[in-house]
Amino acid sequence: MALLEVNDLSISFEQSAGWLRQRYIPVLHQLQLTVDAGEVVAVLGASGAGKSLLAHAILGILPSHARITGEMTYRGERLTPQRQAALRGMDIALVPQSVAYLDPLMPVGEQVRHAVKQGNKRERQRESFRLYRLGEEVERRYPFQLSGGMARRVLVAAATASGARLIIADEPTPGLDPDVMREALGRFRELADVGCGVLLISHDIASALTVADRIAVMYAGTVVEIARAADFAGDGTALRHPYTRALWQALPQNGFVPLPGEPPQLGERPHACAFASRCSAATDACLHEQPPVRELRRGLVRCVHAS
Amino acid sequence: MAVIRQLVPWALAQCVKLLLLLAAVSVASFGLMELSPIDPVQAYIGADMMRVSAEQREAIAAYWGLDQPPIEQFGRWLTSLLQGDMGTSMIYRTPVTEVLAEKFTASMWLMGTAWLLSGLLGFGAGVLAAMKEGSWLDRVIQWVCYTLASTPSFWLAIMLLLAFSVWLGWLPVGLGTPAGVLREEVSIADRLHHMILPVLTLSVVGISAIALHTREKLIEVLHSDYVLYARAQGERGLLLVWRHGLRNIALPAVSLQFASFSELFGGAVLAEQVFAYPGLGQATVEAGLRGDVPLLLGIVLFSTVFVFCGNMTADMLYRILDPRTREVKA
Repeated sequence: MALLEVNDLSISFEQSAGWLRQRYIPVLHQLQLTVDAGEVVAVLGASGAGKSLLAHAILGILPSHARITGEMTYRGERLTPQRQAALRGMDIALVPQSVAYLDPLMPVGEQVRHAVKQGNKRERQRESFRLYRLGEEVERRYPFQLSGGMARRVLVAAATASGARLIIADEPTPGLDPDVMREALGRFRELADVGCGVLLISHDIASALTVADRIAVMYAGTVVEIARAADFAGDGTALRHPYTRALWQALPQNGFVPLPGEPPQLGERPHACAFASRCSAATDACLHEQPPVRELRRGLVRCVHAS
Repeated sequence: MAVIRQLVPWALAQCVKLLLLLAAVSVASFGLMELSPIDPVQAYIGADMMRVSAEQREAIAAYWGLDQPPIEQFGRWLTSLLQGDMGTSMIYRTPVTEVLAEKFTASMWLMGTAWLLSGLLGFGAGVLAAMKEGSWLDRVIQWVCYTLASTPSFWLAIMLLLAFSVWLGWLPVGLGTPAGVLREEVSIADRLHHMILPVLTLSVVGISAIALHTREKLIEVLHSDYVLYARAQGERGLLLVWRHGLRNIALPAVSLQFASFSELFGGAVLAEQVFAYPGLGQATVEAGLRGDVPLLLGIVLFSTVFVFCGNMTADMLYRILDPRTREVKA
């Protein structure tokens, strides 16, 4: 049984359109994803693909005008809003993007102690600070007194100290120098190795591949492919979706081939493959039917042409 | 230690600023009084004008030094001020310092109570509105605040007077103590009874600013990334607001309240006038209308220091309490 299972998750935001009328702006569309205990699953995608929304949806902290359909389960149990409220911070922890997610007026040690839900708060906080080489004097510091790397370690320390089984890391690496980044990502690998499930949200394929077991690629609000890390090799023939292949080939070491065009507005053409406008292999069928999700070579893909 | 080292030069700079401000304010007030059409002698004598001869009037003017050129009058006032003498009030016939002490004591109770009340009520209403953002409660609080903010305080005072003193007869119409009772026989209950309406008027003046400010600020905090993170950690409801909300809005709110001393003083002038409450505000109006230059200058200087201290406290609170503006040894 998967630790986390997301099935057909769709999210739209309610927006008032004139007098007494509402319309719904879709932001996530029929998304599939699983995370097992002991694995790191990276969610890759350009900004605007809906990665952070996925994280917030799992935690149940989307704004109140969001409409959610589909099903999410945690250890086989349905994630209802009540269940999410009970699990937030206990079983499921978020590692946010930056120091801006820490209360500017509270010493960081205290903030990490608030994250501890079981056991002696001070002991657990000290323990996790030691684990991440944060001295005792750091406890009393305020967020603005931390360096970027230190802040990142405090945020991971909070997730570790919480004792959560599922860690959702939302873009934990941008702006870090390579050494600090490698270290930060290494932390997530370690957490997975001791039995946690880690959902690592990122837009940097190269760094995500160094720690992830599986990669879920998002495009325009949905997951277009779930591949194993090993599939990202050579010229990308093992990859299933043309978008994934294009991402892979756009890396400097793989030819630096740019992908022309822009992702579409969501809901613009509900009956076409979202990637069709930029896909070199697109046919008539792609324009008239949303490709269903199917299993392919121990992964998932949302493309009629993939084989 | 670092805090003190940082505060000393700042405090010195503030003192220089205050001195310059006092100089400017006293010159301006004196100039305005000079230009004013009110003749202090005439205002002093009042209805008896017909029975007082021109010689007698001149004698009074000479006694007060009003027959000398304005520059000389101001110079004399300044010299004695520097020696610690604020002069003698023309209308009360007592030293200005004594008038100030007596009037300020009366006003302090009024302003202090109103300041605390408006601060607490406004802060509470603001927090409530922000926590229930968009609900009917939020809308009612906002509506009340905007209405109060656009209500002239003297008009409100008259309305309260009409309702509670004239129609219902629950509260006295005015004055600080019951009429016809010796000072020694006035009880604290009497004083409180007379304070209710002025305090209420003055509090209402201050509530809306602090409530609307607190609401804005708390909504901003509740939409911040760090509150989202706190919610992701399972915090919610009152605990969340207590831990992250109040911590982040208390300092700006307290500062705003300290910085509102000028509005408080301005409100007191109007409220005391309507309720004939014998405080500093009423004395200000009296001094202005009857050309009592020494008293008016005394009040002006005193209120300048008062408002300046409020603003300085607001500023200092940030320097001492906010870790981000404290000097840090990282």
